[in-house]
Amino acid sequence: MTASRQPPGGWIAEALREHEEHEEHAGRGQPQRAGRRQPGAADREQQVLDRIDRARKRRPRVREDRITMAHGAGGKATHTLIEAIFLEAFRNPLLEPLEDAASLRLGGARLALTTDSYVVSPLFFPGGCIGDLAVNGTVNDLSVVGAAPRFLSAGFILEEGFPVADLARIATAIRDAADGAGVAVVTGDTKVVERGKADGCYINTAGVGIVERDAALGVAQARPGDAVLVSGPIGDHGVTIMLARGELDIEADVSSDTAPLNGLAAALADAVPGLRAMRDATRGGVATILNEIARAAGVGVDVSEDDIPVRPAVRGAAELLGIDPLYVACEGRLVAVVDGGQADAALAVLRGHPLGAEAQIIGHVTGELPGIVRLKTAFGGTRIVDLLVGDPLPRIC
Amino acid sequence: MRFVDEFRDAEKAHALAAKIAALCEPGRQYKFMEVCGGHTHTIYKHGLEDYLPETITLVHGPGCPVCVIPMGRVDDAMHLAAQPDVIMTSFGDMMRVPGSEGSFFDAKARGTDIRMVYSPLDSLKIARANPDKRVVFMAIGFETTAPSTAMTLLRAAAEGLRNFSVFCNHVTIIPAIKAILDSPDLRLDGFIGPGHVSTVIGCRPYEFIARDYDRPVVVAGFEPLDILQSIYMLMLQLAEGRSQVENQYSRVVPWNGNLVALKAISQTMELRPYFEWRGLGFISHSALRVRDSYAAFDGERLFEVPGVRVADPKACQCGEVLKGVLKPWECKVFGTACTPETPIGTCMVSPEGACAAYYNYGRMHRQRVAEAAGTGGVTHP
Amino acid sequence: MMPEHPDLAKVDVSGVRRVINVGLLSDSPPQPGEWVLIHVGFALSKIDEEEAAAALQFLEGIGQAYADELAALAESRIE
Repeated sequence: MTASRQPPGGWIAEALREHEEHEEHAGRGQPQRAGRRQPGAADREQQVLDRIDRARKRRPRVREDRITMAHGAGGKATHTLIEAIFLEAFRNPLLEPLEDAASLRLGGARLALTTDSYVVSPLFFPGGCIGDLAVNGTVNDLSVVGAAPRFLSAGFILEEGFPVADLARIATAIRDAADGAGVAVVTGDTKVVERGKADGCYINTAGVGIVERDAALGVAQARPGDAVLVSGPIGDHGVTIMLARGELDIEADVSSDTAPLNGLAAALADAVPGLRAMRDATRGGVATILNEIARAAGVGVDVSEDDIPVRPAVRGAAELLGIDPLYVACEGRLVAVVDGGQADAALAVLRGHPLGAEAQIIGHVTGELPGIVRLKTAFGGTRIVDLLVGDPLPRIC
Repeated sequence: MRFVDEFRDAEKAHALAAKIAALCEPGRQYKFMEVCGGHTHTIYKHGLEDYLPETITLVHGPGCPVCVIPMGRVDDAMHLAAQPDVIMTSFGDMMRVPGSEGSFFDAKARGTDIRMVYSPLDSLKIARANPDKRVVFMAIGFETTAPSTAMTLLRAAAEGLRNFSVFCNHVTIIPAIKAILDSPDLRLDGFIGPGHVSTVIGCRPYEFIARDYDRPVVVAGFEPLDILQSIYMLMLQLAEGRSQVENQYSRVVPWNGNLVALKAISQTMELRPYFEWRGLGFISHSALRVRDSYAAFDGERLFEVPGVRVADPKACQCGEVLKGVLKPWECKVFGTACTPETPIGTCMVSPEGACAAYYNYGRMHRQRVAEAAGTGGVTHP
Repeated sequence: MMPEHPDLAKVDVSGVRRVINVGLLSDSPPQPGEWVLIHVGFALSKIDEEEAAAALQFLEGIGQAYADELAALAESRIE
C-alpha cells in the first residue's frame, strides 16, 4: 500500500505556521478553555473564521493521488478537481466563468456550447431513462445561459453484451425527448468496450444553441437585493434514482423530474428584464447552485427553509437516509436570480408555465457575509449551507 | 411528518427560550454536555444556539461513533480489507475516516473492495450473493447500533453462513461519561443524555451521575424542541437544587430500555477488558467484542489484525474536542488544514462530529446577543 | 406486517415505504398503525402516543403562556 495522503509536514505544517503567526500577532498563547466566554471570545472566534475564510480562498489543490467517487459527486471535491486540473490546463476567457454552457461568437452569430456525459444507474427509472436525461440535461445547460437549444450530438459507449432492445428503447426516448425540446440529434458516435469495462451504456451529448437576447446572464451578476427563485419542488430525481437502485429496500411514489427547461427559461428571460442568472440544479442540488452564486458574485445568499418546496415523499426518504434535500439532484428545475423588484413578476411567469407551477421565491441576495449561504431554518435558527463534501451518493445522472 | 414537525415549531422554541432565560441566575455561567453526536448535529443543523442566552454553553461530548475510533483501528480495518477475497462493508460515515494510509475511499480507489451499507443486514445479503468471497462488516457505534450487529450475528449463525464476519468496534457510553466526569479539565453543570442509546440501555445507568457526582441528567430526543426542553429541564433542576435523571424523550425511551436488544448483545458480545478511544485514551470495560461462542464470525480471530497503536497526527486536537475541553474552532488546524473535504481528525469526518457540524452549519459570527435580548425582553419587561 | 417473515415489517414515512427488521421488539411486536423508531434498518423502540401527546401538551402550554405574556405586554404598552 502506498500512502495516499501527503505526509504531515506539507499542508498541515503550513496551516499550523499560519495559526501560530496569528496567535503571536494577537498576543495570545494557549487557546482558551471551552465555554468560558470571557470578553474577547467572540473576537477570537471571528479571527478563526477569518483565517478559515482565507484558507478557503487559497488556490484549490487536489490532495488525493487517485480519483475517488467524491470527485464525481458534484460537491467540493468536484469543484477542486475542475479548478485545479481542468481550468489550470485549459484556462481561457470562455471557460473561466464555469457556467453550464460557454457563450461564444462565431461568424457573427452568438452561440452557446455545452457537453455532458450520462452514466446513471439504473438506466431506466420511474419518470424516464438515461436517454431522457441525455437530451434534457444538455438542453437545460444551454437554456439556463439564455440560449435557444438547436442541435445535439450523441456519443454512445456500450458494454459488450448490452441488450439491443434496451438500446432501441433508449434511442426512442432520445428521439421523443429531442422532439419535445425542439432540438435535433445531428451527429453521433458509437464505441463498444469489453464486458466489465462499462456499466451497460454510457452516453455523451454535446449541444449548440443560439443566443438571441442581449442580456448577459451569469451567476456573477447577482447583487444585493436580488431575489432567488426555484421553479419547483427539489430533489425528486436524486431520490428516485437512489430508490430505483433497489439497494435500500425503500419504495415511494416519486418519479424523476427530468424535463426540458428551454420553454420555461425563455419565458422568464423574455418577461423579466431584471433576470441575472439561471442554473439547473443537477448534481449537488440547489445548495451547490446557491454557493456558486455566493462565490461568483461575492455576495451573501439568505434562504428560508420554509419556502423551499420539497415533496413529502422526498422529504420522508431524505429523512430515512439522513440526507438533506438541498443537496439532492433535480433534472428539471432551475434556480433563478432576478432583480428584487421583479421577483413577483418572475414568480408569476414561472407559475404560468406547466413546468414551473410550484415555483417559489426561496430567498434573496445580501451584501453581508460574502461567499456564504445562510439558511433560516424552519425551527427559526440560522445555519450555513456549504458545498457538499464528497457524499458517497450513487450515480444519478 | 408526524412526531417530527411538531417538534420543530419556531414559536414554541421562542417560548421555551424565554423560560430558559428566566431561569438564568445573574452572573452564573452554565455548561451542559450533550453526550450524543446526534444532538450535536441537531444543535447546529437547526441553529439552536441562537435560542440560548450567552451564559449557557453547550459542550459537545464523545458520543459520535466515528469520532472515537482511534487511528490504529482504522489501520486494522484497512489491513483486513486488503486481505485476499475480502469484501469490507461499513456505514457511509466510515468511508472518509483517515487512517495513517488514507481513508476507505482512498483504499477503494486503489482497488480494495469496500462497500457502503445502510444496515448490517445488507452485509449478510452481500455475503449470500458472493459465496466465494469473505465479507467483513466493520461494526461501529454505541449501544444504539450494537443490537443490530447482534441480530445480524444471530442471523448469520442461524443460516450457517461461512463467509461472514464482524470486525467489532462497538463501544459503550457509560464508561466514557465517567471518564469525562473524572477528568479535571472540565466542570459541567449537567448532561443532555443520549436519546437513542437510552432506547436500548434505558435511563437507570445514568443514576450514578446524579447520585455520585451530583449532576442532573435529562435524556433528550433529537428534534430541536426536544433539546431546548431538556435544557429547560436541566435549568429547572439546578434552580430547584435537584440532581436527578429525567426522561424528556419518554415517547421513545422506556425507563428500563429494550430487554430484547440487551439480551441479543449479551448473547453475542462481551465487554473487552479495555479499549482505546480517540482522545480519551484507554478506558476499561468500554467496548464490546464478539463472544467465544461466535468466534466463527469474529473478524479479529479469523484474520490477523496488526493491532498497532497509532498516534494521532500531532496537529490534531480531536481528543480535546471530544472531551469538550476545546471548542471546535479552538483547534489549531480547524478549518484551515482540517476541513470536511480533507479531514485530519475524526471529528471533522462524521456529520455527528462537533467539528464537521460547526464547520458545515455554524461557521459564522454569532448574532445571538441581539436575538437573546429580543427574547429576554419578554420575560423581563 | 409480513406473515412469511415474522421479523420483518413494512413502515411508511410520508408515503415512503421500507421493510425493516422488528426482531428487537419481539417482546411486544408493533401492530399496524403504530409508530417505531428506526436505526440502521431495525426498529429500536415503539413510539408511545400518550407520552408524545403529553410532551406536546407541555410545549403547547408553554407556547400559550408565552402568547398570553406577549399579549399582556402589548396591552401594557398601549396603556
